[in-house]
Amino acid sequence: MSAPSPSPAPAAPALELDGVEISYRVRGRTLAVVRDVSFAVARGESYGLVGESGCGKSTIALAIVRYLAANGRVSSGSIRVDGRDVLALSGRRLRELRARTVSMVYQEPGRALNPTIRVGRQIAEVFELQGLSRREARERAGEMLARVQIADAESVMARYPHQLSGGMLQRCVIAMALAARPSLLILDEPTTALDATVEAEVLDLIAALRQELSTSLLFISHNLGVIARMCDRVGVLYAGEMVEEGPASELFENPRHPYTVGLLRCIPRRGTSKTRRMLDPIPGFLPDPGSRPDGCIFAPRCALARERCRAEPPPLYQSGRARLARCHFHEHAHTLPRSEQAQGEPSAGRPAEQVPLLSAARVSKTFRQAAHQVHALQDVTITLAAGETLGLVGESGSGKTTLARVLLGLTGPDPGGEVTLDGAPLAPLARSRTPAQLKALQIVFQNPDAALNRRHSVRRLIARPLSKLGGYRGEALARRLTELLAAVRLSERHLPMRPVRLSGGLKQRVAIARAFAGDPRLVVCDEPTSALDVSVQAAILNLLVDLQRRQGVSYLFISHDLGVVRYISDRIAVMYLGRLMELGPAERVFSGPHHPYTEALLSAVPSLDGVRRERIRLEGEIPSAANPPAGCPFHTRCHRKLGRICEESEPPLLEVEPGHQLACHIPLAELGREPAAVPIGEHVER
Amino acid sequence: MVAFFLKRLALALVTLWILSVLVFLAGQVFPGDPARAILGPLAAPQAVAALQRQLGLDRPLLDQYWRWISHLVQGNPGLSYQYQAPIGPILTSALYRSLKLGLLAFVIVVPLGIAGGVVAALNVGRPIDRVISVLGLSMTVVPEFVSGIILILVLGIGLHLLPISASPPAGAGFFTTLKYLIMPAIPLVFVLFGYIARMARAGTIEALSSDYTRTAVLKGLARGLVVRRHVLRNSLLPTITVIATQTGYLIGGLVVVETLFRYPGIGSLVANAATNKDFPMLEAGVLTIGAVYMVATLLADLLFSVLDPRIRVAGAEQG
Amino acid sequence: MSIAVPDPQIAAHLEPGALSAGRRQRWRELGRELLRQKLFLVGAVILLWWIVAAIFGYQIAPQNPYAQNLTAINLAPSGAHLFGTDNLGRDMLSRVIVGSREILIIAPLATLIGTVLGAALGLAMGYLRGLFDDVLSRFVEAFLALPLVVTGLIAIFAFGRSNTTLIIVIGIVFAPLIARTVRAAVISERELEYIAAARLRGERALYVMAVEILPNVLAPITVEFTVRLGYAIFAVATLSFLGFGVQPPSPDWGLEIATNYGQVTAGYWWEVLFDALAIASLVVAVNLISDGLEAVLER
Repeated sequence: MSAPSPSPAPAAPALELDGVEISYRVRGRTLAVVRDVSFAVARGESYGLVGESGCGKSTIALAIVRYLAANGRVSSGSIRVDGRDVLALSGRRLRELRARTVSMVYQEPGRALNPTIRVGRQIAEVFELQGLSRREARERAGEMLARVQIADAESVMARYPHQLSGGMLQRCVIAMALAARPSLLILDEPTTALDATVEAEVLDLIAALRQELSTSLLFISHNLGVIARMCDRVGVLYAGEMVEEGPASELFENPRHPYTVGLLRCIPRRGTSKTRRMLDPIPGFLPDPGSRPDGCIFAPRCALARERCRAEPPPLYQSGRARLARCHFHEHAHTLPRSEQAQGEPSAGRPAEQVPLLSAARVSKTFRQAAHQVHALQDVTITLAAGETLGLVGESGSGKTTLARVLLGLTGPDPGGEVTLDGAPLAPLARSRTPAQLKALQIVFQNPDAALNRRHSVRRLIARPLSKLGGYRGEALARRLTELLAAVRLSERHLPMRPVRLSGGLKQRVAIARAFAGDPRLVVCDEPTSALDVSVQAAILNLLVDLQRRQGVSYLFISHDLGVVRYISDRIAVMYLGRLMELGPAERVFSGPHHPYTEALLSAVPSLDGVRRERIRLEGEIPSAANPPAGCPFHTRCHRKLGRICEESEPPLLEVEPGHQLACHIPLAELGREPAAVPIGEHVER
Repeated sequence: MVAFFLKRLALALVTLWILSVLVFLAGQVFPGDPARAILGPLAAPQAVAALQRQLGLDRPLLDQYWRWISHLVQGNPGLSYQYQAPIGPILTSALYRSLKLGLLAFVIVVPLGIAGGVVAALNVGRPIDRVISVLGLSMTVVPEFVSGIILILVLGIGLHLLPISASPPAGAGFFTTLKYLIMPAIPLVFVLFGYIARMARAGTIEALSSDYTRTAVLKGLARGLVVRRHVLRNSLLPTITVIATQTGYLIGGLVVVETLFRYPGIGSLVANAATNKDFPMLEAGVLTIGAVYMVATLLADLLFSVLDPRIRVAGAEQG
Repeated sequence: MSIAVPDPQIAAHLEPGALSAGRRQRWRELGRELLRQKLFLVGAVILLWWIVAAIFGYQIAPQNPYAQNLTAINLAPSGAHLFGTDNLGRDMLSRVIVGSREILIIAPLATLIGTVLGAALGLAMGYLRGLFDDVLSRFVEAFLALPLVVTGLIAIFAFGRSNTTLIIVIGIVFAPLIARTVRAAVISERELEYIAAARLRGERALYVMAVEILPNVLAPITVEFTVRLGYAIFAVATLSFLGFGVQPPSPDWGLEIATNYGQVTAGYWWEVLFDALAIASLVVAVNLISDGLEAVLER
């Protein structure tokens, strides 16, 4: 993103951290969770802080506004905002700083607003702090809302937070944050909780406002694509230390630290799929918070590490113009060898012969909720073959989770719909299905903390389905248990442990072992990697691909991460408001010609593969499933809307080419395609 | 919202009905032959039979229940054995007296408890918090008759500050009545203070650590303003429902306190009825207590739904 | 859509529970945590003393609690009688010590019965939901509409005055109270995905409740037990005072107070005060223990 030409003022940087160390006191021990972090954000600049869990990025943000928990403190270093030492401020001065100079926007907008006060009032409060009268403050609040592109500002101001959608709420929070024209705006994962298309809108908004108001941004995220899109410069944090810093474009094209190299390699990019290569995870685990090794903190996981790295902690080396890297071998970072997993055999892809395994015919699901009915699924017909991976994408309200639950029997479809396995109909609910049928369909959930019984040991978690579903006993059970452990790369010493002692990735492996215990034929993967760090994600995806190769199992892979879905799926189904919009081979659906919704979705997702020249803007919010639009459900936001026909008649799902179905009135030849990607450095953002 | 309220009302009526059945069973069925119990084991069989007929006890159970409940609903709870007088007026005046005492206790304890809880929450971990918490805890668990007796001993007999009989002389003015009622009210206050303070404290702590409080502080608002405007409304909402459920403990306490101070409220009425085997009085009294509790919870629910915008205003997501 | 946990969750990583090994060590850690709380210690010591008094009362007491001495009636506390004597010349100190026995048998037994019943009820209601839950909830509500003292009163009235009745009545009245808390905990557990995973294995309802859910709600059940124990002591004492609890001639504290408080106006305060203080100390002790337990378990 090109910054506006900086005014030639020798003004102090908007934010400056120097040698900052932040520690927490826990049960008598002091743990330094952020060590020796220094960086500066110039006026009008957008700086990104990126890293995985435990890296300290949010802690730094809280320290800047002096809102650390009671047991945390900045144990050394200085933090300056607009040249003023933040740590020395107190009372009135601190409040002034918070009111006028720094603002923060968080991840969950719904929780950031007071549920018992109307939205307009909460925004007006900011103006009242500046001395305006109630009436004036209210007017200015209304103006601010218009500025964040909220059409009906008056009615929104009169509402309570629970009456507004996520995207709307985040806009209000942004309005509130920018109301005082702060010189620094800190954003901590501001769009992570939002749907892709809404996220794109909000990011656009932030970029536009930044230009208008010349505010400096400190943008914190774990999502490299978002950072690449929104920031001029980037700092990479690992386990509390800054390991690399530089201009966004250069850093992502040419990383100078093995961690950054590894991180970028973990992410599935356009052009690779499971049939080409395995992904390249970073081996090992994140260090315990506060631990201080002798040498480089990344050495235990670094394939380039030598004796020197383990003995001598590296300082920040200059690695080019305006580039810093904390590595003794920063010039050779790009030579980081691929992990042995990545050298494994790739998947063979879809089996040549398509044996239908599971199919859903005209499945609908309606929920009754107080006054209205929610049409979670509307007439969905879909078939899965043996050994294939069907990716299921869609935003909230699309019905993808409901579809999975119906297929598994966790909830029953409306009368008229039918689910069959190997041609034989399945009972609507799991409790009425035969053991053989239960054995065949299993699931891996998104959140391993909730998916594993925290009071059971790993042994019990895996042995139970082995005996219940697989029918194993005694010796045979013990042998199969060992086999399963090896297959998911866990060791015997994990068996007596409870889930609380395992990391996210290990827990998910246990969940996968559990799903495979009964030799299933179809495993539903419901966002299996969304709760995991990027570096762990790659390992889990490799595991899933590997298991598929060996056992011939099919996957229904649900995810909001289009890059991951593209990597792992043979076919893709796109859902919107409970209906199938598109179904076809993965590459075809992605590259096009494809459904307008698919097109908009792809255009919305910020990725490292470059930014499209022309972003497709979708108007408005996703309609509620309780009140779907007439005709084509997408017509209210469609950028290719034909006209009356879209408003009045719902397009049927038709096969437009062999194996590719679409529900759209527009003929195939006129639909959009994926444009060529442009490297991050050379794009123009509008 | 009206629908919500009506539904709650219907449920409460069902519960009340079930309660009436249980009370009837406990009052007239399980204890065995009520007539014999009244007349004693040495009474002649003819006398027992005569009493049974007089009380309508020779009829089938269902019939007895039906007569009792239908009369009750029409406002006629029958005759008391011990007083040989209609229960209705006795019950009503007793209820009135209990309400005075209970209300006094409430009026003292609710602001005190809320203030205590909020102050404790605003100073978590510091000495004042511990003092309030431990004090509240200790006072709550001491039975009312224990603290009542200690009060009588110290304030009444030792220091002669307050009268130890709770009944003011007839025609007493407001302040005199207050002087008489204050000592029996205090044990009730002790017991309730702990619960209310604890709830208020927990609610305030939760509100203080929430995201919206963070937003308010980071907006630059002064602490006092943050607490008054943002924290309190959210922390006190759950406290309101708790206060309603405290009516149960309050009534239980009334039974004891009224017995101890010999105050003729509904609590001592019920206790005496049980001691003197006055079945109709016991049943009517217990049912009244149950009804009072349900009215209190219903009111609390209503209040809660009015105050919480998430319930009051429809939560449909709007673009 | 959620992501890897952001930094404010660092505290979660810093829990020692995540780093320690084995079951036995976890119990030891729990124990150590408890002992670190001073108030818990105070409560434990007091309770321990009363348990000893309940078991060895007759050996510890300086004199025979039932021995009447009509020449020494209504004596104020002195060297010979540390707590004075009552209107039949019986030594108050001995009576107070021995008076702990019945209440410390009745209350824990009643609470145990109530907890077991209540937990089972709460599990069933919370997991099975539907009509079963709706109907039972009405009964639970009916029980809750009356204060314990009133329900105890009318139940003792119905079934007669004896210790066994007392235990059973209090136990049965506690069950719905405990069931309500357990039900709430079960309902929130039920939403977690490991329950769905169990259903997908074809596990029966009984298995899910007993093997999957129960271990996860043990903490609230334990806390409920200790809280109710305090309330049981409170209730037994109150019922005894009203004449519906422990029956004479037991030197039970509540009963003693009921019998003797007429004497208070005559100035014989010691015949009532020490029993009152005994009750107060016991309930406070139990509640300090339950508070300490709650603080440690719910972490």
